[in-house]
Amino acid sequence: MIEIKKPGLLSTLQDLGRTGYQKYGVIASGVMDQDAHKIANMLVGNTEEQPTLEMTLIGPRIVFHEDCLISLCGGDIGPQINGQQVGLWKPIWVNAGSELTFASYKEGCRTYLAIAGGFDIELVMDSYATYLRAHIGGHNGRALQKGDRLTLKEKSSLSKKMIASLKQPDKPFVEAKWHIPVQMRRPSNQRIRVIEGKQFSLFNKESKIALFNNPYKVASQSDRMGYRLNGSALALSEEKEMISEAVAMGTIQVPPDGQPIILMADRQTTGGYPKIGQVASIDLHVLAQTKPGEEVYFEKISFTEAQKLFIQKEQRLYEYKRSIQIKYR
Amino acid sequence: MKWHFCPLGDQALLIELGDQISSETQQQIQMFSNFLEDQRLPWMKECIPAYTNIAVFYDIWKVSQLCDKEQLPYEFVCAELNELLKSVDTQNRLSSRKIDIPVCYGGEFGPDLHEVARLNHLTPDEVIEIHSAGDYLVHMIGFAPGFPFIGGMSEKIAAPRRKSPRLQIPARTVGIAGMQTGVYPIETPGGWQLIGRTPIELFTPQEEMPTLLRAGDRIQFKPISFDEYKQLEAEQS
Repeated sequence: MIEIKKPGLLSTLQDLGRTGYQKYGVIASGVMDQDAHKIANMLVGNTEEQPTLEMTLIGPRIVFHEDCLISLCGGDIGPQINGQQVGLWKPIWVNAGSELTFASYKEGCRTYLAIAGGFDIELVMDSYATYLRAHIGGHNGRALQKGDRLTLKEKSSLSKKMIASLKQPDKPFVEAKWHIPVQMRRPSNQRIRVIEGKQFSLFNKESKIALFNNPYKVASQSDRMGYRLNGSALALSEEKEMISEAVAMGTIQVPPDGQPIILMADRQTTGGYPKIGQVASIDLHVLAQTKPGEEVYFEKISFTEAQKLFIQKEQRLYEYKRSIQIKYR
Repeated sequence: MKWHFCPLGDQALLIELGDQISSETQQQIQMFSNFLEDQRLPWMKECIPAYTNIAVFYDIWKVSQLCDKEQLPYEFVCAELNELLKSVDTQNRLSSRKIDIPVCYGGEFGPDLHEVARLNHLTPDEVIEIHSAGDYLVHMIGFAPGFPFIGGMSEKIAAPRRKSPRLQIPARTVGIAGMQTGVYPIETPGGWQLIGRTPIELFTPQEEMPTLLRAGDRIQFKPISFDEYKQLEAEQS
């Protein structure tokens, strides 16, 4: 069992999203940074379907009431155990009674905590994801609060083997001597690659140029639902009434004021604004780690290239997962 | 029947079935999406039917294991869907479910009823009469859990959105925006003109079927008194 002593800014349990219910208008939710979530689970011997704790900018204070195998992936908000700095992107064995805190912001926006076995919470519509507005999923349908106690599920045999190789009962925690390769966790370039959206051709020439050349600042109202951007206004060549249709994570839509919005994890299922672009899935994690106030640049990528690179990335993740399984066989 | 495909990002595509909102297109979309869901395709994650198209979300990793090295996952999915959709029997029309939605109009539940009446030079009772006489079709579900996009409202009671949206609209409120009418299943901000409230839950996340309404349903609004509202609300909980 773990206990939340301080909740942090916004700490919610999330998984890969509520799939299969969007046709009923149910928002998908789920983690903002899927890569960090998947790797965090991989590092403690969980399947990628297990929920992780998504922590935003200011982390919580958590006491472990039992021995745990944990990992922290994503943005660096200065994790410490019992006041000693610990690394991201690696398995860490934690002794019962130890305390996880976050000292200072360094980079990124969201950090994911995975614990071997996974959090023992109920599935709602086949998903663990917290959907705040509808008060469903996660822990009682809400963000974590002070005093919350979360129990953990039975560990996988892989987790048990990892613990056996790390555990030192006389220490408060033990970090693994290896970590995820740097190229798997940092964006290879800071630009965010974008595919042309369905209505791209309906935008005027200036807008098409501006999107791929001018910086856009992530506005302070940005959240899990969407990133509001401030920059060169985008406009259609001529006004056109749109018919509502499905949208996806990373869809860049342009409301009448011309300031684009990128739809994120808690997006509505459908939208009626023209879509100028779509963030390539390979770069969604870069966006998820961009915080309000920061600037982003977009770079055009072909649809073909976006799919090919995505498969390569999934292949690397798969191979790394295999190598962990082999290491602890 | 004709269709074409169009990517929606790199992990989904749209099956386009028309460019006009109509009950005919709604029928076809319903038939196609029911059919696709019944196939239980291993690479298909989910479908979102809308007014004129169906979004199909696919697992690009699973598709990549099934198709040739040279083939793009998108091309594979288009080819598969093309074959499947040819086999859909579009002769049998789907029967619509008919759903009654009791509504307590006006008062604290419908603070904009008088405004809608004034804008259309009607009395509030006439607005209620026209709104509840309509035969409505749920074209699609979207925006919020169980939120129906409803067609078929009389233009006699049309009313523009409020200039400043309300920050909180209580769940189950019935509203009008332009030529559309709808019901808010959960508390949300919004700019609709609010004319009443139903005691019936539209979003039931703990049930097998999480929403009262589905695309293709026919709806009838039934006026009820405040006492009937209270009674029905009590029966629900």
